[in-house]
Amino acid sequence: MSQSGSSAAAVSLTGIVKRFGGVTANSGATLTVAPGEIHALVGENGAGKSTLMRILAGTLSPDAGTVSVDGRTVTGWSTPEAIQAGVGMVHQHFMLVPTLTVAENVALGMEPTQGWRIDRTKAVADVAALSARTGLQVDPTALVADLSVGEAQRVEILKTLHRGARILILDEPTAVLSPPEVEELWRVLRTVRASGGTIILITHKLDEVLSVSDTITVMRAGTTVSRFATAGSTASDIARAMVGRDVQLAQDARGAVPTPSASQSTAPALRITGLSVRSDRGTEAVRDLSFVVHPGEVLGIAGVEGNGQTELLEAIAGLRAVRAGTVHLGTQDITAQTVRDRADAGLSHIPEDRHRRGLILDYSIADNLILGRQHHFATAFGLETARIAAHAEEQVRRFDIRPPMPSLAARALSGGNQQKVVIAREMGRAFTVLLAAQPTRGVDVGAIEFIHAQLRAARDAGKAIVLVSADLQEVLALSDRVAVMYGGQFSTVLPRAEATMEMLGRFMTGATA
Amino acid sequence: MNGIAFLLQTMRIAVPYLLAAGGGVMSERVGVIALGLEGLMLSGAFGAAMGSHFGGNPWIGLLGAIVAGLIVSTVIAVATLRFKADQVVVGVAINLMAVASTRFFLRLVFDSASNSPRLPGFGGEGTTSGLLASFANPVVWIGLLSLPLLHWLLYQTPFGLRARAVGEKPEAAASVGIAVLKLRLSGLLLGGSLAALGGAYLALDQHQFTDGMSAGRGFIALAAVIFGRWEPRRVAIACLLFAAAETMQIQLQGAQFVPSQFVEMIPYVVTIIALAGVVGRSAAPAALGKAE
Amino acid sequence: MTPRLRALAEQLLPLVVALLVAAVVGDVLILTFGEAPRTVFRLLVEGTWGNPYGIGQVLYKTTTLTCTGLAFALAGRAGLFNVGAESQLAMGGFAAGVVGMLLPAGLPGAFALALCVVAAGVGGATVGAIPGALRARFGASEVIVTIMLNFVVLALLNWVISAKLHVPETLHTPPVVAGTVPRLSTLFPALHGSAANGTLVIALAAAVVCWRALFRTRFGFELRAVGLQPDAAEYGGVQVPRVIWQTMALSGALAGLGGMNFVLGYKGYYEEGFAGGAGFLGIAVALVGRNHPLGIVLAAVLFATLSQGGLAVNALVPKQLTDILTAVVILAVATAVPEVRRQLRAAAAQVRQSVAGTAAEKAS
Repeated sequence: MSQSGSSAAAVSLTGIVKRFGGVTANSGATLTVAPGEIHALVGENGAGKSTLMRILAGTLSPDAGTVSVDGRTVTGWSTPEAIQAGVGMVHQHFMLVPTLTVAENVALGMEPTQGWRIDRTKAVADVAALSARTGLQVDPTALVADLSVGEAQRVEILKTLHRGARILILDEPTAVLSPPEVEELWRVLRTVRASGGTIILITHKLDEVLSVSDTITVMRAGTTVSRFATAGSTASDIARAMVGRDVQLAQDARGAVPTPSASQSTAPALRITGLSVRSDRGTEAVRDLSFVVHPGEVLGIAGVEGNGQTELLEAIAGLRAVRAGTVHLGTQDITAQTVRDRADAGLSHIPEDRHRRGLILDYSIADNLILGRQHHFATAFGLETARIAAHAEEQVRRFDIRPPMPSLAARALSGGNQQKVVIAREMGRAFTVLLAAQPTRGVDVGAIEFIHAQLRAARDAGKAIVLVSADLQEVLALSDRVAVMYGGQFSTVLPRAEATMEMLGRFMTGATA
Repeated sequence: MNGIAFLLQTMRIAVPYLLAAGGGVMSERVGVIALGLEGLMLSGAFGAAMGSHFGGNPWIGLLGAIVAGLIVSTVIAVATLRFKADQVVVGVAINLMAVASTRFFLRLVFDSASNSPRLPGFGGEGTTSGLLASFANPVVWIGLLSLPLLHWLLYQTPFGLRARAVGEKPEAAASVGIAVLKLRLSGLLLGGSLAALGGAYLALDQHQFTDGMSAGRGFIALAAVIFGRWEPRRVAIACLLFAAAETMQIQLQGAQFVPSQFVEMIPYVVTIIALAGVVGRSAAPAALGKAE
Repeated sequence: MTPRLRALAEQLLPLVVALLVAAVVGDVLILTFGEAPRTVFRLLVEGTWGNPYGIGQVLYKTTTLTCTGLAFALAGRAGLFNVGAESQLAMGGFAAGVVGMLLPAGLPGAFALALCVVAAGVGGATVGAIPGALRARFGASEVIVTIMLNFVVLALLNWVISAKLHVPETLHTPPVVAGTVPRLSTLFPALHGSAANGTLVIALAAAVVCWRALFRTRFGFELRAVGLQPDAAEYGGVQVPRVIWQTMALSGALAGLGGMNFVLGYKGYYEEGFAGGAGFLGIAVALVGRNHPLGIVLAAVLFATLSQGGLAVNALVPKQLTDILTAVVILAVATAVPEVRRQLRAAAAQVRQSVAGTAAEKAS
C-alpha cells in the first residue's frame, strides 16, 4: 500500500494505540510526514504527542497500529534500530550525561577509536565539523554540566545529527529557550531541512507552528484530529482543532466573569515585595518581583514553563528559601514562617505536581485529606481516627470524589479524582489565599469543569487566588487580572478585559509592555 | 625500621585494599552499590584455597578465586539487575552468606571449623616471612597495577565511557542504544573478580584459608572508594594511606603512643568526615543504588 | 482481586517464595553432607520447640532480634537504612551495663531497672543520631555512615573495655550491682537454665509502642510520609530533616534496648563482642516482618529458631547451615518483593483493561 521510491512518506503512523496500565495515551493516532518538511505536531498537554513520537523513535512499543519509515514497516522497533534507520529524537528532558564533555556525549555509543582507546582528537574534530556545518555552536571540550540550557539543547541536536538522523523529532524544544535561542533554533531547523532532513516538531504554541512549519497535525485526547497545510491556516483554525470546540470559550468566559467584588481600595490578601528566589541550579529564578492580590480576585499568571512560576509559588508556600524580599499574608509577614504556620495563617496551595508533592499515593484518601493539617487531627495521645474518618466522609461527599471510599489508597484513583482530593483538602477548609498551580493538568473534562467552578466559587466568596497555568485559555477564563511571567519577572500585568491570546503570546516570548 | 622497609610493608598491606577497592570502583561506577565487597573477598579467598589445594598450584588458586568472584557477582547481578532487589539489602545478605557458606564448605571440604591445610603459594615452599619474598607473589603486582589500569579503562576506552554514562544517567545511555543491563553486568563481574583476587592474595600470602580472614578489609576498601571519590587514582592513594596507618600501628605496637583501636578507626572516621563535609553527595555516581 | 487482597498478597507472597527457596537450598546442602534432610529438620525442631530449654533459648534470641528488627523497620518506614544496629546494640548494652555497675546496690529494683532502660536507649540513640544528623544536615548517605560507625564504635568500646574496665584475664566488665532483669524461669520454672529473661517483655512492649507510634500518632504519620514521598511530606508541613535525625535516634534507641537482654538479663556484665551479628540479622527480621511490628515479632521468632536450631543440628551438619538459610531468605525476599509487586500490578492492569474493553464493546 505504501509507495516506493522518493514519493514514499518519510513517516507514516496508522491506527496507533498505546496504553499505560489503565491509562490510554494513544487511541488510533494516524500521522503522515512528507520527506523534507517541517511537520508540527500540536495539541494540549496530555494529548498524547510525546507518546506517539516515542513510539516512532523506538523507545516505546505500540499496543496496536503500524509504524513505517521511508515506506518500510518497522512497527515495534528498538532505539538502536531507529537510530540505524536515521530516526533521532531530541527529548524534552535532555538525554545527556552531565559529567561527560560535549564531545563524549556526542560520541557515546559510537566512539571513534584508535586501537583500544577512544580517539579524542577525532571526537572533538567531528563535533567541531558538525557545528560548522549546522551552525550549532558549542565548545566540544566543555563539560555538559557547565552548559546553559540552550547550549545543552544544541548538544542534544548535534548528538542526534551525528548519528545520521535524517528524520529529527523535537519534543517541546522551545519550552526552555529564550527568544533569541528560539530564533537560532528555527534557523538551524531550516538548515537541516534545506539539506534534505525531515523534522517533526512537538509543540503546543501556535505562534511557533505558524512561523516555522510546513504542515500541521493536531492531536486531541490521544488521537490525531486534523491536518493542515500551514500556508493559509490561521491560529484560530488550529486552536479550534486543539480544544475541539470554538475558541469562543475564552470570550464567553470573559462575559461570564462578574465584576470582582473587591476593589483596589480593600487591603490586599497577599502582598509580595521585592521577591528574589533561586532555582535548584542556583540561577536567579524570580527577580525582584512585587505584586498584590486582593480578596475576591484571581490573578492569573501565564508564561512559558521555566520562567520562575514554580519557584515563585514554592517561595510563597514556604517550600523554597527566599533570597530577598518579603511575603505578607494580609498584614502578617510570613516570609520566615514554616510551611505549617503559613497554612494555619490561611494559605492554601494546590501544587503543580500532585504525584510528587500534592498526594502521598500510598496513603488513603482520608489520610491525604489531612496532609498538612495532621496537627489539627491529633492530640497528645495520637491521631483522632474517628474525626479523620468523619472529615473524610464529608469531604468525599462535598467534592464528589469517586469511588467514595475514604480508605482507598490515592494511587488507585483516576487523575481527576486525585486532583479532587487535593482540591478538597486545600479548599474545603478556612483559607484566605489560594495558590493554584496547573490545577487541571492531566484531568478529564468533567473534572476540569468541576475544578473551575470551585475556583470561581471561592473567588466569589472573597478568597484571593493566584492561578498559574500553562493553559492560556484557562488563565483567560478564570482570571480577573492576567500577568505574564518571563525571565523571573512580570513582563506585563493586564486587566482581563484588555488581554487577548495573541497579546499574551507576545509577552510570553519576551515582548515588553 | 627504615623508610624502604616501611614503604614495602605498606604496599604489601595495601594490595588487598587496592584490589577490592578497584572492584568497588568498577561496581559503583556502573551504578551498583558495592556493599558486598567483604563477602566477595572472603569468597575469593576460599576459592583460591580450593583451587590451590586441589590444583596443587597457586595459579589455579587465582583461577578459583576468579570463579568464586564471578559466582557471587552473578548472584548480586541477578538480584539487583534482573529483579531490582534493594542493593543495600543484597549487599548485607551477600556478606552474611559468604561468612556462613565459607565456614560450611570449610567443614565439608577440609573437615575443619577454622582453617584449610597449608596451601601451595607463590615463591616456593621455603620461608616466606621476608618482606621481599612477598613480592614474588604476582598478585602483588596485579594489585599495584589494578587501579592505574582501571583508570585507563574508565577514562580512555569506549567501555569506560559507556560505563560512566550508565552509572551517571542510564536513560541517556539507553537513548543512544547502549545496553544498560549488559554493561552493568560486565561492571559487576569485572569488579567481583578484582575483589575476589584481593581475597586470594590473603589466602595465598598466608598459605592457608582461615575463617573470616577478610576481617573487615572489604569495608575498608569501600571506605577508600568513597574517600577517593570514586576516582581510581584518588582511591589508590586512599588505600595506600590506610595501609600506611596500619603499618604504623604494627610498628608502634610496642610503644603504645596511641591505642591500636584508634588507628583502626582512621579509615572509617576520615570517610565519615569526607562524606559529611568534603564530598557531600555530588561526587557519587548519580544513578548509584537506583535500579533504573 | 480487590485492592486490599492484592496488598495482602504483595506482603505475604514473597515470604512463601522465600521459605520454599530456603527449604530447597537447605535440602541440597544437607544432602551434600550425606545426611537426610528430614532427620536434620526434625532435629532442628526438636532442639528448639521440642523442649523447655530450647524454647527458652529461642525466646532469648527472639528478644534481641525483635529490638534490632524494630530498629531497622522504624528507619525503613522513614526511607532510611540503619545498617548500624550492630554498634547501637553494643552501645546500648554497654551503657546499661555501666549504669548497672555504678548504681548503689540497695536501689529499689524497679527504679534501677528504669534507669538502665533509659541508659540502654540513650546509648543506642546517641550512636543512631550521628548518621541521622549527618544525613539531615549534609545529605551524607546514612548507609555508609552507619556501616563505618559500626567499626568506630566497636573499636572504641573495645578500647574502653581492654584498657579501662575489664576484669583481668577477661574481656568483660565487672558485674552489675543493680538493675538486673529477672529470668523468665522465676515465673516458669520449666525454662530453668535458659537465658530467656524479662527483656522479652520490654521488647514486646517496644513492638506495641512502635505499632501505635507508626500508625496512630502524628509523628508516625509524618515519619511514614517522609519515607514514602519526602517532597509531599515537606509540602504537608513536615520538617523533613528533623524527622530524619529523630527517626535515626529512635531507631538506635530500639537497637540499644536489645543490649539489655545479654548484659542485664543473661550474663550480668558487658562483654566484648556480645552483639555477635544480631544487629545485621535485624535487617533480615525487618525484611521478612515486612517492616510491620507484629510481623517483626513473628520474624524474630523464625530467625531465633533458625539460629538456635543451628546449634541443635551441629552434630550432623555444620551449624552455619542455618546462617546460610538466613542469608538465602533475605536474598529471596529482597528479590521476590519487587517482582511480586510488578506481577500483581501488571495482572491488575490487564484485568482493568479487559473490563474497560468489554465495557467499550457493549457501549458501541
